[in-house]
Amino acid sequence: MTLRVVDTPLPAGKPAKAAAIGHAGARNPGFPLDLDWVGRVRMNRSALERRAATIGTRRTVKKEWQAAWLLKAITLMDLTTLNSDDTPGRVERLCAKARHPLTDEIVDGYDIAGLRIVPAAVCVYHAFVPTAVRALEGSGIPVAAVSTAFPHGLAPVDTKIREIEESVAAGAKEIDIVIERQMVLTGDWQGLYEQIRAFRKACGEAHLKTILGTGELATLNNVAKASLVCMLAGADFIKTSTGKEKVNATLPVSLAMIRMIRWFADETGIEIGYKPAGGIGAAKTALDYMALMKEELGTHWLQPHLFRFGASSLLTDIERQLEHNLTGHYAADYRMPMV
Amino acid sequence: MNKIAEIFQSLDYGPAPESPEPALAWLASKGNKFGHFINGRWTKPGKLFASDNPATGKVLAEITDGSAADVDKAVKAARAAFPKWAALSGYERGKYLYAIARLVQKHSRLFAVLESLDNGKPIRESRDIDIPLVARHFYHHAGWAQHFEREFPGMAPYGVCGQIIPWNFPLLMLAWKIAPALAAGNTVVLKPAEFTSLTALLFAEIVEKAKLPPGVVNIVTGQGDTGAAIVNHPDVDKIAFTGSTEVGKIIRAATAGSGKGLSLELGGKSPYIVFDDADVDSAIEGLVDAIWFNQGQVCCAGSRLLIQESIEERFIAKLKKRMASLRVGDPLDKAVDIGALVAPVQVARVRDLVKQGAAEGGQVYEPDIDLPKGGGCFLRPTLITNVSPAHTVATEEIFGPVLVAMSFRTPEEAVALANNTRYGLAATIWSENINLALDIAPKLKAGVVWINGTNNFDAAVGFGGYKESGFGREGGKEGMAAYLKAGWEKTLKPAGPSAVPAKAATSTSMLEADDGIDQTAKMYIGGKQARPDSGYSRAIRGPGGELVGEVGEGNRKDIRNAVEAARAALGWGTTAAHNRAQILYFLGENLDYRADEFARRLRAQTGESLASAHKEVAASVERLFAFAGWADKYDGAVHNPPSRTIALAMVEPIGVLAILAPPSRPLLGSIALLAPAIAMGNPVVLVPSEPAPLSVTDLYQVIETSDVPAGVINIVTGATATLAKTLAEHDGVDALWCAGDAAVSTMVEKASVGNLKQTWTSRGLYYDLSDKAKFEGDYFLRRATQVKNVWVPYGA
Repeated sequence: MTLRVVDTPLPAGKPAKAAAIGHAGARNPGFPLDLDWVGRVRMNRSALERRAATIGTRRTVKKEWQAAWLLKAITLMDLTTLNSDDTPGRVERLCAKARHPLTDEIVDGYDIAGLRIVPAAVCVYHAFVPTAVRALEGSGIPVAAVSTAFPHGLAPVDTKIREIEESVAAGAKEIDIVIERQMVLTGDWQGLYEQIRAFRKACGEAHLKTILGTGELATLNNVAKASLVCMLAGADFIKTSTGKEKVNATLPVSLAMIRMIRWFADETGIEIGYKPAGGIGAAKTALDYMALMKEELGTHWLQPHLFRFGASSLLTDIERQLEHNLTGHYAADYRMPMV
Repeated sequence: MNKIAEIFQSLDYGPAPESPEPALAWLASKGNKFGHFINGRWTKPGKLFASDNPATGKVLAEITDGSAADVDKAVKAARAAFPKWAALSGYERGKYLYAIARLVQKHSRLFAVLESLDNGKPIRESRDIDIPLVARHFYHHAGWAQHFEREFPGMAPYGVCGQIIPWNFPLLMLAWKIAPALAAGNTVVLKPAEFTSLTALLFAEIVEKAKLPPGVVNIVTGQGDTGAAIVNHPDVDKIAFTGSTEVGKIIRAATAGSGKGLSLELGGKSPYIVFDDADVDSAIEGLVDAIWFNQGQVCCAGSRLLIQESIEERFIAKLKKRMASLRVGDPLDKAVDIGALVAPVQVARVRDLVKQGAAEGGQVYEPDIDLPKGGGCFLRPTLITNVSPAHTVATEEIFGPVLVAMSFRTPEEAVALANNTRYGLAATIWSENINLALDIAPKLKAGVVWINGTNNFDAAVGFGGYKESGFGREGGKEGMAAYLKAGWEKTLKPAGPSAVPAKAATSTSMLEADDGIDQTAKMYIGGKQARPDSGYSRAIRGPGGELVGEVGEGNRKDIRNAVEAARAALGWGTTAAHNRAQILYFLGENLDYRADEFARRLRAQTGESLASAHKEVAASVERLFAFAGWADKYDGAVHNPPSRTIALAMVEPIGVLAILAPPSRPLLGSIALLAPAIAMGNPVVLVPSEPAPLSVTDLYQVIETSDVPAGVINIVTGATATLAKTLAEHDGVDALWCAGDAAVSTMVEKASVGNLKQTWTSRGLYYDLSDKAKFEGDYFLRRATQVKNVWVPYGA
């Protein structure tokens, strides 16, 4: 397939891999909107559900492997607080946990001080970006801000662009925007594409994660098409949910999205990141997601620049599992420093 | 670097073993030696042979090689237990089946581990698929036991059922055999496969725990000879076999003429069709479930990939990538996709076929993945491209993890390629277009069609084959029917001497004097009257020896032409049922119009009274009306398996049906068999009563005036036994009904093995075809049809 220009010419074609960001491959430069491609997307719900249902029964990790995978899971985490009653104090506590996610007993027990196990980012509302940036100073942990009238996305587009610019200016290195679900439901791919282009431009060097609100997109075909349009428009990550929809990340939805990531990489050579968010609270669930990524996209994708969990309570459950793995007895959450 | 840090980088899976200990402990508790389970007791271990773990080659236990005497003992026990068991209320039998279901669930992990140890299949499959389906099967049939009298009025169990099962799904096949047999009131003697008998022996313990009456379930272990002893035992009433087509044919021949019921679930080379509008990634994942499920040792494995040419290149590239992430390994590892093949002999067979595929020009691809070190029956998943239907690997059932791929251009070509096989067990269609998928499904000659999914099974949905994949169904109402026969069929008496004189002989002299203008009855083939190929005629004489007329002396070429014409008319099966009904009504109407003439002709041939002859004509008209009425009513069902799927049980014609009419009742005898056959959409080759064929040759004009499409009814006159043999041996004939004596019946059953045609024979017994209660409904409708289950998952 060749990406065809159906719209105003944009920086198209396969970008040089040299334009590497960190240890990642090339950053997504964005591509022209290819409505033919969008029209070819097919997602069969029953088949996806069958695959999703068996990932956790086909793959499992035990003992040391489980411990190592769970440690990895922490480094793939966007430690998040997105509540209307968040305060600077709450955000500071979250940041403190991010700096020191595991107790010394666990770090020493596994002898992993050298691995630098910290979350990939801390994710907050715009209002708390300065607090978080300050609290994480020197830790190397970036701050991500949700943006563009999170969680509904229904503010004027100029307002939304402005919000992104302000968050970037305040020190956010990653911007999690929300798409307008109505654009998907009405098939306004052109409109969606243009907004995401604009958001991407507003991000500048900051990475753009596009939240689809999959729980409100009705079908897996819609999810997959929206994923593709966002990637064509320049998203660095595609993300499932705000955490505020009735249904958040699920394995079948994830499968639809990561298969679009795979297809996009096959066609363009550009690797896009995936972020499931909402409802991932159990260590076992996190392992299933990691197995799904490894199986469908390859081990290579299990790195922070290509995979994130949006989570908060997950960390505590992982700590409990790690302690259990180490000591052989079950752990209680109240003994873990709270997030 | 410590181990954790290493894994943190590599993110390998590591081992995830399920412990074999409980299963090994159970074997040890039996001294690792087993006898048979007969009449509720364990026999002493006899002549032993080893049962190995194919993943390691280690001996798990020794089991007894059942002798003919052992089989006889088991059959006697089953016979003795039968009357009481059959006389129990359905509710009582259902309670036993329910108890078995519960006990299987309670010991599910032990069964799963033992199955994986013995067979080599991954623990994920035995744990998540085989054993849950076993429990489901017994639950489902507990209900059938309770309701069978209401749902199958007038039906009775066969009696003692001999059941022979394969090694690929040892316990599941046992469940598929035992559950319906017991629900219907039969008792059983079951022989598990020699490679995999252990879960059947554990099941015997469940039978004990469920307190089944002794003799109701008997398990006899052994090899081929033990199976043969069951097949040939004179006191076995029905044989149910799952296994190779080769052995199935041997069993068909061995039971010919015995009157034993027979159901065969045999091999396959099932097509897996991917259209260009499919969800391609899901279709590829489906292949993992199709051909790398159970190491490809699945009779219904989607082993022939047919891809639309426009997506072929991309599809194959993606498929190869997917194959590279399959994990082959210890069957007891919980994170393994492909375990061990059942035995070294199978590994060798699969390797030989792959070699042959390569030698014939196929391109063999195996991903570069690790196999377990230290031997064991492991093979990598294999894909062979550059294959065409002329290649061995495209037609032979490989029964291993080997997929062959071909491409097609159009839906028509997909169907043609899919049906270009001796087999007809299953088929898979991938398309997101429901119009396309539901257009293709009925055109595939297969007993199971999966749309956008594959290898789905459920107790409520019948499973079984078309063509050389066998006959009879397992699961659902069709599956119950395979263990029941009409109650009156158990008390049939021998047919007396024919009511008409069998004085027909080829005329060698000139036509004798007759009244009026000479009437020339030819053959009726492809909608036209055709002269007999032989150029000979046979004289038909009345009861006093007087010449009544002459008919052509049919030979094998007439049969060839008739079958050719019938095959060209197979579209009759998809003609709207309403239209078929109209034509049958019209046949009846036109026959009735000429009732006097037909009555006189009957009288001339049989010497019966005119009143009696009139009665036969009237009964024939009524029978045509009866089946005209059935044409648009004997239809299918919609099942709801426990997934978000509907399964459409479609009632389809079998294909070309040959009918050898009884000598007696020259008109009704033919009509009684012809009417249900064509009502259900089968084109027919009919051989009318040998001594009195004129009532059928007189039908030509009735047929011609009734809008019957050319080739739907073909009539060849002549010597029944000769024509029967040609028909029974003809691979273009899909089913054969023979109302003949025991010798002809045995002969056609034996000769039917070529393409495993479905047969009904009267074996010299008296079937009073004028009996409306027996023959105006289900009895022949069921035999004129086969059920195809089309699985249609849905979800926006």
